Amino acid sequence: MSAVLQVENLTTFYTTLRGPVRAAENVTFNVGKGEALGLVGESGCGKTTVALSILKLLPSNGKIVRGKILFEGKDIVKIKDKEFRQEIRWKGISIVFQGAMNALNPVFKVGDQVSEAIKIHEPRMKKEEINERVAKLFELVGLDPGRADNYPHEFSGGMRQRALIAMSLACNPALLISDEPCTALDVIVASQVLKLLREIKEKLNLGMILISHDLSIVAETCEKMGIMYAGMLAEYGNVMDTFKKPLHPYTQGLISAFPSIKGERTRMVSIPGIPPDLLNPPTGCRFHPRCKYAMDICIKKEPSWWNVEKGRYVRCWLYEKG
Amino acid sequence: MADALVEVENLKKLFPVRMGFFRTLVSRKQLFVHAVDGISFKVKKSEIFALAGESGSGKTTTGRLLLRLIQPTEGKIIFEGRDISFIPEREMKSLRRKLQVVFQDPYESLNPRMIVETIVAEPLRVQGVHNPKEVSEKVVRALENVELIPADEFLFRYPHELSGGQRQRVAVARALVLDPEFIVADEPVSMLDVSIRAEILNLMVNLQEKFSTTFLYITHDLALARHICNSIAVMYLGKIMEMGTVDEVILEPLHPYTRALVVAVPVPDPTMARSEVVIKGEIPSPVNPPSGCRFHTRCPSYIGDICRTKEPSLIHVGGTRFVACHLYGKEK
Ligand SMILES: Nc1ncnc2c1ncn2[C@@H]1O[C@H](COP(=O)(O)OP(=O)(O)OP(=O)(O)O)[C@@H](O)[C@H]1O
Ligand SMILES: Nc1ncnc2c1ncn2[C@@H]1O[C@H](COP(=O)(O)OP(=O)(O)OP(=O)(O)O)[C@@H](O)[C@H]1O
Ligand SMILES: [Mg+2]
Ligand SMILES: [Mg+2]
Repeated sequence: MSAVLQVENLTTFYTTLRGPVRAAENVTFNVGKGEALGLVGESGCGKTTVALSILKLLPSNGKIVRGKILFEGKDIVKIKDKEFRQEIRWKGISIVFQGAMNALNPVFKVGDQVSEAIKIHEPRMKKEEINERVAKLFELVGLDPGRADNYPHEFSGGMRQRALIAMSLACNPALLISDEPCTALDVIVASQVLKLLREIKEKLNLGMILISHDLSIVAETCEKMGIMYAGMLAEYGNVMDTFKKPLHPYTQGLISAFPSIKGERTRMVSIPGIPPDLLNPPTGCRFHPRCKYAMDICIKKEPSWWNVEKGRYVRCWLYEKG
Repeated sequence: MADALVEVENLKKLFPVRMGFFRTLVSRKQLFVHAVDGISFKVKKSEIFALAGESGSGKTTTGRLLLRLIQPTEGKIIFEGRDISFIPEREMKSLRRKLQVVFQDPYESLNPRMIVETIVAEPLRVQGVHNPKEVSEKVVRALENVELIPADEFLFRYPHELSGGQRQRVAVARALVLDPEFIVADEPVSMLDVSIRAEILNLMVNLQEKFSTTFLYITHDLALARHICNSIAVMYLGKIMEMGTVDEVILEPLHPYTRALVVAVPVPDPTMARSEVVIKGEIPSPVNPPSGCRFHTRCPSYIGDICRTKEPSLIHVGGTRFVACHLYGKEK
């Protein structure tokens, strides 16, 4: 499987008055064609930061300080913003944002907003051709093309989410990033949207990054997963193996904190403590203050990105031969 | 079987729809949101009763009605055998110590300018408990009960000096300080990170076991309901569609709506078959709910005109189970 995206040691900091926020550090993963990677972790662990780095959409105080992001082999950290905007954003990589339900402009018709997205990148395309493409996109995401003349407020939450997915697909990207596509949606509508994402991924052979704090969504939608904790990937590998035998104590904790609607009724288990402040993360392994296996070395030295078996990596002293 | 602590009979709450100027020109008819539209259920003493359903189904409104934070439009609320549906606020006040609430958002529900001690003591003051020694003892005990230990360490902190989970525990402590019989917990963990949710949920289970506290647990998360609740009622557009013990309702749902909901819940296990959504579309407006069975516009098991014309009542189908669907039972 050829990689659409390869991220190597991506490190992104935000400058603040109180010092740098180490929001993403040494993040390494790749995404192949037709493959979905789930990026999971608790609030504030750096998921959106990784997405914004890949899209060169970081706020002015955010900066990639280290690492490579290879899109179809080309390092996009190095290329100019202007070139990125013209050549890669929407055409190569596109995103459906977190809380995007309100991202549509309320004063324009939904169909016009989708055709606008096409026009920006295909300025020479004829009007009829554009309309045809809009209708196709509507069908692809399960919206009635007859509703293209509606305004956003005439759409329900789920329909708006579909329209945004249509927009993100307007220029045939090779990689689609969706950041928490299901928050604010009811379970039935959320499961319709996930099904749609799976279907378009298959149909268009898209590479996909699905960002979620919900492990079960990743379990149902992705082939691979990366578990982020406090700005770093704790573990990375295929979904089946990771669930069957989670390596990192944080992954183990997260999986057992997740109730399943199936199976036995059990008491839920929490992970003691809370995630750290990224202005001042713990020394050594960032998880050590919450880890029941913490050893001396965990406090002193940061574990490296350890290749446990083919395709599986973990950042934990229990596995690394020190 | 234990007695009912709370009984609800044919409870209704309609909210008038505020209409824009032009709408009032077109039609004079006052429209209503049928937020809660004739529901009946019983919460047994010392159980955790889940009220589940999608957004807008009427869960929060039901919770607020039971606590008489809002007036019912119609129907009965019976608490410990006493009809409290329309009693005046003056009489309600003495009951309030037995009825408490924990809200969804630990960031908004605590006054940011008060220290923990003041926040937790507030219900005591409202109830006229002013003896400083008694207040302080009760506050410390409430904090200990929610495992904010040692209490001294937390008494003088402001909410912003606490983590999300700790803040929500302060909210629970405030609800506990009067030793209530009944707590309405409205999505108490939905704003919290997964790794700390279990703390709050297990806390509820502990209180239930230790003090026989009764809970109405409002949630849209069926997976959570399955693990901590005893009974469940599933609401849709102001109506109860199905009711029974959690194990029965979630493992063998009868109502096509419950079935759809259960199937839609993602499972944190990639070896399980993926959930396939069987129903289309989204919830219709509660201003003009569908005729007959409210779910008929989306129902995959539609059996004909009867679903469109006749409203199914919530009938007993054996054991602890109730369902409102024409597929079950013969109605007269
Ligand atoms: N513009 C900014 N300036 C300073 N710090 C920031 C900025 N944006 C984000 N951060 C911090 O960076 C860290 C990572 O944030 P990020 O938004 O990437 O997390 P996330 O995993 O997407 O969280 P969530 O699940 O809540 O969306 C957090 O500690 C956050 O407070
Ligand atoms: N004060 C009010 N005035 C008018 N309509 C209201 C009022 N409160 C609630 N509603 C409406 O009543 C219906 C039920 O609302 P309610 O808040 O009880 O739903 P819910 O099941 O708690 O939903 P959620 O899961 O989103 O919290 C909704 O359509 C809502 O818009
Ligand atoms: Mg985010
Ligand atoms: Mg609510």
